[in-house]
Amino acid sequence: MLELVNINKSIGKFSLSNINLVINKGDYYTLLGKSGAGKTMLLEIISGIVKLDSGKIILNGNEITINPIQNRNFGIVYQNQALFPHLTVFENIAYPLKCRKENKTTIKNTVNSLAEETEISQLSDRNVTDLSGGEAQRVAIARALATKPEILLLDEPLSFLDINLKHDITSLLRKINKKGQTIIHVTHNYKEVVSLSNRIAIIENGTIIQDGILNDVFHNPKSRFVANFLGITNYFSGKIIENNNIKYFETNGCKFIVSDNFPLGEINVWFRNNNVYIVNEENRNNFSNIFKCKIIDIEPTSKGIEIYTNIGIPIYLYINNDLNKQLAIMQDLEIEIGIKSEDICF
Amino acid sequence: MRNFNTLNLVFIFLGGLILLFILAPLLGMFLSTSPIDLFETAKETEVQQSIWLTLWTSIAATLIFSIGAIPLAYIIAKNKFPLKKIVLGIINIPVIIPHSAAGIALLGVISRDTIVGKTAENIGFSFINHPAGIIVAMAFVSIPYLLNSAIDGFYNVPDRLEKVAMTLGASKTKVFFSISLPLAMKNIVTGLIMMWGRGLSEFGAVVIIAYHPMITPVLIYEKFNSFGLSYTKPVTVLFITICLLIFIVMNIISRRKKNVGTR
Repeated sequence: MLELVNINKSIGKFSLSNINLVINKGDYYTLLGKSGAGKTMLLEIISGIVKLDSGKIILNGNEITINPIQNRNFGIVYQNQALFPHLTVFENIAYPLKCRKENKTTIKNTVNSLAEETEISQLSDRNVTDLSGGEAQRVAIARALATKPEILLLDEPLSFLDINLKHDITSLLRKINKKGQTIIHVTHNYKEVVSLSNRIAIIENGTIIQDGILNDVFHNPKSRFVANFLGITNYFSGKIIENNNIKYFETNGCKFIVSDNFPLGEINVWFRNNNVYIVNEENRNNFSNIFKCKIIDIEPTSKGIEIYTNIGIPIYLYINNDLNKQLAIMQDLEIEIGIKSEDICF
Repeated sequence: MRNFNTLNLVFIFLGGLILLFILAPLLGMFLSTSPIDLFETAKETEVQQSIWLTLWTSIAATLIFSIGAIPLAYIIAKNKFPLKKIVLGIINIPVIIPHSAAGIALLGVISRDTIVGKTAENIGFSFINHPAGIIVAMAFVSIPYLLNSAIDGFYNVPDRLEKVAMTLGASKTKVFFSISLPLAMKNIVTGLIMMWGRGLSEFGAVVIIAYHPMITPVLIYEKFNSFGLSYTKPVTVLFITICLLIFIVMNIISRRKKNVGTR
């Protein structure tokens, strides 16, 4: 188990402030945040590359705050892999084993076993400068695993990969984690998080603003930043009022009927863009909230389109390709949108 | 076919003039020296000894002083420290001062009445008129070439690679010898060749410290003063030919070193 206790670090105008995290053995823990939020710095503090100003790092009950980098036993993999360009694939993976003065047979067996696990056995003699992005990432992972690290630290490992390679490396990481390897994965892409992590922390401007079990965080974003970062674009601040035993959420002149369990007063509410529907005569009765609006913008996605509209507050909705063709969606089209009260969360 | 616009033509003409400026004196000297004169000069013991002395002292100067120059280059490239810019200026001083002045300055440190000179005499030799003095003079004027090239080499080694090596269990010493040095090696080898080449051709500083035994540049000067231009040309051509051959071979060897990029 890794504990980060009140970690503080300032470099120039940027600072990490009061970072407190607990990563359990076997966790696939993701640090999610925008570029420049301090994710990589935190990873480098854990690994010992960057010295902290104050705070404690505790690994399995032992404080390792001032331990030298070499004695921490964390494997780190960067987005650009940081492979040693003058060494072959075999030599790169063997490097940490040579540092530990393992004998030749052990080195050969370990490297071969790791190469097999990461599916790069055929690349052993290749120079790393000749590898594709996906191959290089596998070598970097194999090299980091060669030390049998307590925790594998991944800094945006999927960023430079195309969609097929991303899928391959994601599968590999999942497989490694399933074998019991604790992983801390830093990324700016929440879609990577969904398929890999069991726990997550969201970092903004050097501060952890929410952390916990993936589903809890996804279903209870504590702020607009977290919501937006998790792909929830319909997030609003307002207040709950009650009229004739019906509860309404009111914001910027718009009123939504919400479930009875909403507490009265100031509140943040959100709903997913695929829970906003285009209303027609057949489905009209399904919705407690119906608004007329005009389509302002359309953004195509792989499986459909995202529509941006405004009812006094900006609303995003998603429709699939079939419905798109059927309705002949276009900019400036007048539509009615419907939202079920049970789909509105707080 | 390439698009030769006016700018290209002007640049080619101007560039051609510069190449001609470098090559013309050398070609003139080569063409005006007969193979027989060259052969006869090559047989002279004085010339053979002089060329051999020049070669080994310049190689010795390069190798001995690289032991300190490479670590200094690493420290400068990889660390921030107060007065770094001044240190960078200091290492380039030998390039900008007249080499005869460099020789006079060195004399002030290694002549017989100085601590260094007295210590050397106690050991059994003197820097003055001795190969040791030639080595010191050659190293003084040529060491900036190695330092600057090695600094560039180390500077281009990403810090991240060195830090990753440390996370993999490598000590700082191991990181230097297994990562930093190999990755900077191409620049270091280039710097060594440049330092050696510059030391080889040194005259001003050497002639102040050690007129004898004569290195070839001093011998050429001596022959020119005593016998005139025609007696000087064969030894000059011979020396240039030998230097060029070694220089070309070393360049080919250094270029064969794989130019490693960083991923």
